[in-house]
Amino acid sequence: MAIPLNYIARNMVARRLTTALTAGGMALVVYVFATVLMLAAGLEKTLVATGQEDNVVVIRRSAQTEVQSGIDRLQAGIVESLPDIAVAADGQRMISKEPVVLINLPKRSTGKAANVVIRGVTSAGLALRPQVKLVEGRMFQPGTAEVIAGRSIADGFQGAGLGETLRFASRDWTVVGVFDAGRTGFDSEIWGDAEQMLQAFRRNGFSSIIFKLVDADRFDAVKATLESDPRLTLEAKREKRFYAEQSEALSKFISYLGTGISIIFSIGAVIGAAITMYASVASRTGEIGTLRALGFSRGAILVAFLGEALLLGLLGGIVGLAGASAMQALSISTTNFQTFAEIAFSFTLTPGIVVVSLIFALGMGFVGGFLPAARAARMKIVDALRAA
Amino acid sequence: MFVPLLVLRNAFRHRLRTTLTVIGIIVAITAFGLLRTIVDAWYAGANASSSARLVTRSSVSLVFSLPLNYAQKIRQVPGVSSVAWANWFGGVYVNERNFFPQFAISGASYLDVYPEFLLSEAERKAFLVDRVGAIAGRKLADKYGWKVGDQIPLRGTIYPGTWTFTLRGIFDGAEAGTDTSTFFFQFDYLNESIKRLYPRRGDQAGVFIEQLRDPEEAAAVSQAIDTTFRNSLAETLTETEKAFQLGFVAMSEAILLAIQAVSYVVIVIIMAVMANTMAMTARERYGEYATLKALGFSNGFVAMLIFAESLGIALLGGVLGVMFTFPMAEAFASVVGSILTGFQISETTIVLQIAAAFVIGVVAAAVPAWNAARIRIVDGLRAIG
Repeated sequence: MAIPLNYIARNMVARRLTTALTAGGMALVVYVFATVLMLAAGLEKTLVATGQEDNVVVIRRSAQTEVQSGIDRLQAGIVESLPDIAVAADGQRMISKEPVVLINLPKRSTGKAANVVIRGVTSAGLALRPQVKLVEGRMFQPGTAEVIAGRSIADGFQGAGLGETLRFASRDWTVVGVFDAGRTGFDSEIWGDAEQMLQAFRRNGFSSIIFKLVDADRFDAVKATLESDPRLTLEAKREKRFYAEQSEALSKFISYLGTGISIIFSIGAVIGAAITMYASVASRTGEIGTLRALGFSRGAILVAFLGEALLLGLLGGIVGLAGASAMQALSISTTNFQTFAEIAFSFTLTPGIVVVSLIFALGMGFVGGFLPAARAARMKIVDALRAA
Repeated sequence: MFVPLLVLRNAFRHRLRTTLTVIGIIVAITAFGLLRTIVDAWYAGANASSSARLVTRSSVSLVFSLPLNYAQKIRQVPGVSSVAWANWFGGVYVNERNFFPQFAISGASYLDVYPEFLLSEAERKAFLVDRVGAIAGRKLADKYGWKVGDQIPLRGTIYPGTWTFTLRGIFDGAEAGTDTSTFFFQFDYLNESIKRLYPRRGDQAGVFIEQLRDPEEAAAVSQAIDTTFRNSLAETLTETEKAFQLGFVAMSEAILLAIQAVSYVVIVIIMAVMANTMAMTARERYGEYATLKALGFSNGFVAMLIFAESLGIALLGGVLGVMFTFPMAEAFASVVGSILTGFQISETTIVLQIAAAFVIGVVAAAVPAWNAARIRIVDGLRAIG
């Protein structure tokens, strides 16, 4: 026969301070563990969502980012002549040749400079990214020194808000619109007219070419055509993969560091749980003896104390997760080492993280509670009763 | 002698509990020290920079290069004693995982501006006369097992193609903080090859480094340099080397702040564990405390007993934690390798670690000591833990 759960739960209530301290320690560990995973997940989600399944990004071979890449007009012309490029409703071919550069802008919060992506786009470039919507102001006029800024940039950088002016490439650029890219990487970019950008930055070639495929399944054939053409020194990638790859290093760094820290923390929390459970066992020696005398088996005692430890862990896990889920309201902006550019992303709580965090919390409770529970179960009835 | 002995006996009455608590504190203090050291390592570049050097880059961003002929004009600016230049190469060695900084440098002028890179006279000469020669820092050479004379291929990400260099020397750092995980090769080799392939991209330098005659003049000289190129096609931004390095640190600020925050959270966690231990200990001994008071010992004495025990345990953990930080930091450095250089435990870190242990001890004892001091003798004697 098993000891009722009620008995286990009441023991925790009886020792409120100790229970709160132990569960609080575990809650903090779970909180750190979950937030770090949420951060890595948020970064991945942002960059993965940036790409479209049927879009292709073409950059110079072995360049890893758009900023490193360079494509001259001759090569761009060859890519443009591909038959697999989709045609929009208005008869326009859905291909955009874009110059992408980085400029230094000071942050509003700290005044310290960070690198921001400036992208030259055409009307086709906008059609290729349906997730981008103007939320304030208007679109830039092609052929003028007007730009539109992504929401994170408009909020976070000096001179990038609606109606403000930015100075770069010896010109003043007016921000005439703010766009929302649905929490994708484009939220951290500034867009202007492609030809204007080329002139301003005195570039002769583009950084990347983005086009939409007529048929997403034709990607491999198109890639083979592009990469086997001896006139071209280019590389084609699905847009989705291209952006996913750019989140790899930073999200790995965050999750490695975070997991490492969590493991160290959890040692502390496990010790806390073990101390609590040992004390709980020691102070209830008489009770344990009585329970055994009443006919509860060693197994039942073991299960009861393990149950108490698991309950402690669960409590800590739930409190920690509640704290972590509150972090979803925050977004964080930092430099992605791979692109050397600023990227804004938010903490994202996924079901997977909830499950992993709870397992982690229960695991801490189990490890911390096992030895004390075993000690309780090993007690001899006579000794235990005498101790009381 | 009676009081310290009593505290000691008390502390080790529950040997298992005290041991577990001490282990917890060791883990927390070690983690705290390690995290602080990681943050410090980020600032290593800035700390190792010389106040007598300025860095000039394009005012737009580091992605844009500057015309090489700027070197002549910068040299004429009063207060500048010599000029060197460098280009970030950003090549890949074997695969993307093997990241280390690579620069194309302006030969002798660069090595003269950076006297902290110690290179033997013979190696220096061998490097300077070889167009495809390169030198690597000791740490980097050790990591990949390079020897002088080795061929090192790098796949360019910014400059297309595979570039093969011959290692002509391995340099050491003059100080402990000097970064010896970089790879330098001849700017002329890069420039000539680029001019042949992409004439428009030739004769461009990423940054210029100026040696100042007098560090006091840094502000005036940097302004003079920037004024020289104002309203040109490539405007410049000149700052001290330290400000330049701190600019990089600022980019990862969000992450650094998170690590710092976390390093304090670990202290809070262990505070909860320690407070728990002390709360349980004191609760079990209310009877004894009441007895002491009945014998005539003051409330303060009872509180002092608890504080002394708590502080003793915390400081024991703290000191052991500091000792453990050293091998841990070494192990961590060998795993991370060349990403973070100048991985050293500072004195401030050690002081903070001990201070943290002290705070843990005091905070953990506060509530139990208060309770024990206030408990009425009758209640205390009746209490059964």
